[in-house]
Amino acid sequence: MAPITMTNITKVYGDGYPAVNDISLDIADGEFMILVGPSGCGKSTLLRMIVGLEDITSGDMMIDGVRVNDKAPRDRNLSMVFQNYALYPHLTVYENIAFPLRLKGTPDDEIKRRVEEAATTLELTEHLQRKPAQLSGGQRQRVAMGRAIVRQASAFLFDEPLSNLDAKLRGQMRTEILRLQRRMGTTTVYVTHDQTEAMTLGDRVAVMRKGVLQQVASPRELYEQPVNLFVAGFIGSPPMNFLPATIEGGQVKLPFLSYPLPSEVASRIGDNALLIAGLRPEHFADADLVDEHKRDRGITFDVHIDVTEWLGSQQYAYVPFDAPEEITQRLAELQQELDSEHMRTQMIVSLDPSSRITDGQSAKLWLDPSRVHLFDPRNGTNLTLNLDSDRASVSAGRPAGIAAGSAPPANDASSTGADGPRRST
Amino acid sequence: MTTTVAAPSKDTPAGAGTAPKAPMSTGRSRHQRRRYAIHIGGAILIILYTMLPIAWILSLSFKAGGDISNKKFLPKHWSLANYRVVFKTSLFTSALRNSIGVALLATVIGVAVATLAAYAIARLDFPGKRLILSVALAIAMFPVVALVGPLFDMWRAVHLFDTWPGLIIPYISFTLPLAIWVLSAFFREIPWEMEQAAQVDGATPWQAFTKAIVPLAAPGVFTTAILAFFFAWNEFAIAVSLTSTNRARTVPAALAFFNGASQFQQPVGAQAAAAVVVTIPIVLMVLVFQKRIVSGLTSGAVKG
Amino acid sequence: MTATATREAPAVAPAGRPAKAHISDRTRKEHRLGWMLSAPAVILMLAVTGYPMLRALYLSLFSYRLTDPSGRKFVGLANYGVVLRDSLWWQDVATTLIITVVTVTVELVIGFVFAMVMNKIIFGRRTVRTAILLPYGIITIVSALAWKYAFALDTGFVNGWLGHLGIGSSTFDWFAHRWSALVVICLSEIWKTTPFISLLLLAGLSQVPDVLQEAAKVDGATFSQRLFRVTIPNMKAAIMVAVLFRTLDAWRIFDTIFVMTSGAANTETLSFLTYRQSITRVALGIGSAVSVLLFLTVVIIAVIFVKGFKTDLGSVKGERR
Repeated sequence: MAPITMTNITKVYGDGYPAVNDISLDIADGEFMILVGPSGCGKSTLLRMIVGLEDITSGDMMIDGVRVNDKAPRDRNLSMVFQNYALYPHLTVYENIAFPLRLKGTPDDEIKRRVEEAATTLELTEHLQRKPAQLSGGQRQRVAMGRAIVRQASAFLFDEPLSNLDAKLRGQMRTEILRLQRRMGTTTVYVTHDQTEAMTLGDRVAVMRKGVLQQVASPRELYEQPVNLFVAGFIGSPPMNFLPATIEGGQVKLPFLSYPLPSEVASRIGDNALLIAGLRPEHFADADLVDEHKRDRGITFDVHIDVTEWLGSQQYAYVPFDAPEEITQRLAELQQELDSEHMRTQMIVSLDPSSRITDGQSAKLWLDPSRVHLFDPRNGTNLTLNLDSDRASVSAGRPAGIAAGSAPPANDASSTGADGPRRST
Repeated sequence: MTTTVAAPSKDTPAGAGTAPKAPMSTGRSRHQRRRYAIHIGGAILIILYTMLPIAWILSLSFKAGGDISNKKFLPKHWSLANYRVVFKTSLFTSALRNSIGVALLATVIGVAVATLAAYAIARLDFPGKRLILSVALAIAMFPVVALVGPLFDMWRAVHLFDTWPGLIIPYISFTLPLAIWVLSAFFREIPWEMEQAAQVDGATPWQAFTKAIVPLAAPGVFTTAILAFFFAWNEFAIAVSLTSTNRARTVPAALAFFNGASQFQQPVGAQAAAAVVVTIPIVLMVLVFQKRIVSGLTSGAVKG
Repeated sequence: MTATATREAPAVAPAGRPAKAHISDRTRKEHRLGWMLSAPAVILMLAVTGYPMLRALYLSLFSYRLTDPSGRKFVGLANYGVVLRDSLWWQDVATTLIITVVTVTVELVIGFVFAMVMNKIIFGRRTVRTAILLPYGIITIVSALAWKYAFALDTGFVNGWLGHLGIGSSTFDWFAHRWSALVVICLSEIWKTTPFISLLLLAGLSQVPDVLQEAAKVDGATFSQRLFRVTIPNMKAAIMVAVLFRTLDAWRIFDTIFVMTSGAANTETLSFLTYRQSITRVALGIGSAVSVLLFLTVVIIAVIFVKGFKTDLGSVKGERR
């Protein structure tokens, strides 16, 4: 077990492409750190630099206070679970798990004890004599984890370990990994492109984009206080809605509603007349179902509902809107960066399943405007960051996260720290 | 909460593979530079290994007169005399003609026959196809020389001795195993649904075959043809046993018989020149079809 | 939308039909078409191997020289007795065995090194692959001639080069002694056929996923541990195929012997013995007996391989696992 400290880590490929650009990140001893971002953001490259499979172009990589830049992977005492598990096809499950110990020449009885212990933890005992080809996806995944835990490694590294499993199994294994990490208390770095995994697993989450660190924070803070448009769009499912917002006479005008511009924001806006507003689907409600005492805090407005999706536990409604070319363009770029398709400008609203709102009709919705984020369309900066100090979840306890390279100026407070105690998952 | 999933991610930047092959020169570590040195050294070693004997026979072919026995690698005077002798010698020119004719005919017929069989094996389900593959494998391992005695006897009886067909028939038979193996491996990789898709799109069965399948199968057939040609061009045991005159004697056999020929003052130089001449087509084919040859050599054996 | 895009292998020939039910018309047609298409190939292969082999078996029971057809008479197994009692046969077996073991072993080692270089190489990948194909493509006779004249007393440069290194004498006749002649024969064979082995091994090597190497690195394996515990065990099939093919190929060595020594200096191999009896001496009876015995040795080797290695021959047979 050991802390991992990265200082100004950069990786430049032969074609001059900086896959990882000047990243500094402190991972505390025993912490579960998630590296998340869309494909090509450099998260796996960063992980591979930690483990030593990728050379570091510049910067310092410290594990347990020792600089490891020039150390071979085998001298770093880390263990890693690969995306495709990388099980040795010619060895049995037992020998796969025992492999790192065999390499070190550990005595047989010691190996037996530790492999069996790991097998018990991971419920693999009855499969020990089988070959990887005979195992199911979930079992292979567990064998890979067995190989990682059998050795007292300084840290565990996971490279998208669940992406080859089906959705149901993924949920189970996610809990399994979390349980294991909690029990062993080993420093863990976990790479994923799945924001759900990032939110549920991490003590802290580092969001990356094109090789640059965007924000390092607790999942809750990422959700509530995203520093920019990119983080806001990446975290949350269904994703945050982005609408054009114009500032007119102290009012923020959105396609369906308008509300008074908070004074703190007004000073940050500068000469921007056109902004992007970010509204989370779950912050809306069917106006008919909002409690009386809550209703006054928000505003109600009428929209035309295009399509609804009823999922039993939830209901989504889709509301098309028009946006100026400038904003549409910007949003299309953002969608592309987030690995998704920009289809049309529409808003997703999450409603209570008991809501009677139906397709093709107009409906009355409710929204608390204090939860609306406003972004500068030019650089994506969140202009409403930390307006409301009681909503910001900044607290001491964890070692300081490091601010990102190109992060906007307003994020100083946000990137430092995370919640101390874990949220229940 | 639903799980949003982005595109299946291979988390690497465009243009840079997971295991980047060429990191920038800045920050190239010491052991990396050593690795490069080993690679380059290895490459040079391989090229030296393959080139030395070839360079030697080339050098030998330019030696004339006393140079032949100068016991040096290179000639003192570069001479084309040996080449002039070779092209004036009917033993060699007719052998060249025979080799080209026999090898080409054996290749074309052999590949055609093998294509039919390989198609059946890869595409159709019929009892005995495993047996065919096993028989082919057995023949591929067969000691060719064990057959020349009986073939010698038989060919004399049916007047095929010292004729082109007398060589072509055994060559076809011995290229068939390799051809069937390589081709059926290639054919197994072809997405045959293409044929149905084309038919659904309105093509006739014949159009579907020629438009959808032939373009996909052609590279495999071509690769097989190259390998078959190499075999026929190279074959010696049958050629030396089943021929006796310039009528059908091929280049490898003629080369071996250059030895005692009295019409040459310097059989060594002439032999070397002849060897170089018959190597040129091989070198050209290797240069042009390098990739195909490698894939053909390994597909049948390893991929399976 | 799932994260894993499982690519389904194109379903080729339907694998294993549901139990032998009723054979439909369609199935029967398919069977007939299959046989029709394979018939020419099968007939040709059997006509040139199966029939002559049977004829060899038959002829081996006679005392028969082509030059004396009237003297042909049935002698039973006597020819085999003659061959097997002759020390020449056993010496040829030994020579063939030596050449086979030496060449295959050396080729395997060099071939593996070459394969590793080609697998890792960054610059000049294409050049190296092209270079390595040249020996493979070159006519065996040409290779044998090149090596012969390199070592020959009157034309060769090797004695001169060795002299510079202070080894040997400039008058050493490599082809006058059994062992030195065998060295040159083996060198020529090794040069010519290592590329084939190295390409097979390269194909095997490239099928060992890179991620296994990476996993082993993280697990703490050194270079040699990765080689012997991960790489080689995972390319057993390729090694097996390469060794099997090359062993049987080396066992029938003929061309090189013909050019280099024609069997002189006790360097005759089994193939050359067969040729000499059948073609040079036209002793078809004895020659056929030698042919049959040569064939039997090949069968024995093949059986030893298949039994001894027990690697699944699926990869050799071309069946998908």
